Amino acid sequence: MIQDDWQIGETRLQSRLLLGSASYPSPAVLAQAIEASASQVITVGLKRSLQAGDNGFVALALQAAQAQGAHLLPNTAGCRTAREAVALACMARELYGTSWIKLEVIGDDHTLQPEPFELLAAATELVRLGFTVLPYCTEDLVLCRRLLDAGCPVLMPWGAPIGSGLGLVNLAGLRSLRARLADATLIIDAGLGAPSQAAQALELGFDAVLLNSAVAQARDPVAMAGSFRDAVRAGRRAYGAGLMATQDFARPSTPVSGHAYLLGGTA
Amino acid sequence: MITIHLDEHALTLPDGSTLDQLLIQQQRAPESVATARNGQFVARDARPGTVLSDGDQVLLFKPIVGG
Repeated sequence: MIQDDWQIGETRLQSRLLLGSASYPSPAVLAQAIEASASQVITVGLKRSLQAGDNGFVALALQAAQAQGAHLLPNTAGCRTAREAVALACMARELYGTSWIKLEVIGDDHTLQPEPFELLAAATELVRLGFTVLPYCTEDLVLCRRLLDAGCPVLMPWGAPIGSGLGLVNLAGLRSLRARLADATLIIDAGLGAPSQAAQALELGFDAVLLNSAVAQARDPVAMAGSFRDAVRAGRRAYGAGLMATQDFARPSTPVSGHAYLLGGTA
Repeated sequence: MITIHLDEHALTLPDGSTLDQLLIQQQRAPESVATARNGQFVARDARPGTVLSDGDQVLLFKPIVGG
């Protein structure tokens, strides 16, 4: 089998599916879904400690991640300013023992669209503090360039708003981003609802996908995790194989020469 | 005595109380939570030297699942 590793920072990975750990029907199903996904990166979060407990979800998620050698990727969900995000990232590093951080700074409550100015400010500061910063961003090319310049080794543009399941909404923008940042590591994060959409992201040349709700909210999350695992592999192989060029008109695929004249017609 | 706000709940403590003493009082294992004081992260090893003041806002965070 041809080696097709990719990297986050200095860490080499084989799986191109990053999986979220939230909103599963039970801790056991979460653990089984992590295993079925074969993911090597599992996202986790932080919350106020005086709020209600989580019924054992995080303990089993950590156990399942460890069992398959997966890395943890804490997020800064809920942050709206760079200051909040930096503080939460520092807390995540202390609690989880990793310098990886999925940087989320939200600017709009309805779409959960990232706040670009605060995102860039937070990314800059976190890189300075030694973090490996994976910013959740949009397909805005100029912002993405600024995030790379700030030292982010990976960018995570959205496919669609978080939890929407809409897939790759701005296909032209994502194609353009992929083409203009040909050497950057790009992960489609958020908005994917079906394995076919994940495959499409890989077919377009994106390096990986990160998703949560599409698996957690499936009728059978474990089966869906396996479906996404297979779709991501198929999409990546298709990208490597090279998709045919599209065109507006038909071109016969069977190499007949001239007309068959089976009915004696002249047309 | 001072009054602080722990996760937005008012709490009265003796003068000179430190952040690590607050965790002991709250029966929190030091490694089980991360701490912030007035919006700034306070590292675990800095808690004993962090003397709380009247009106301080203290937040404790713990791991959860996330997307």
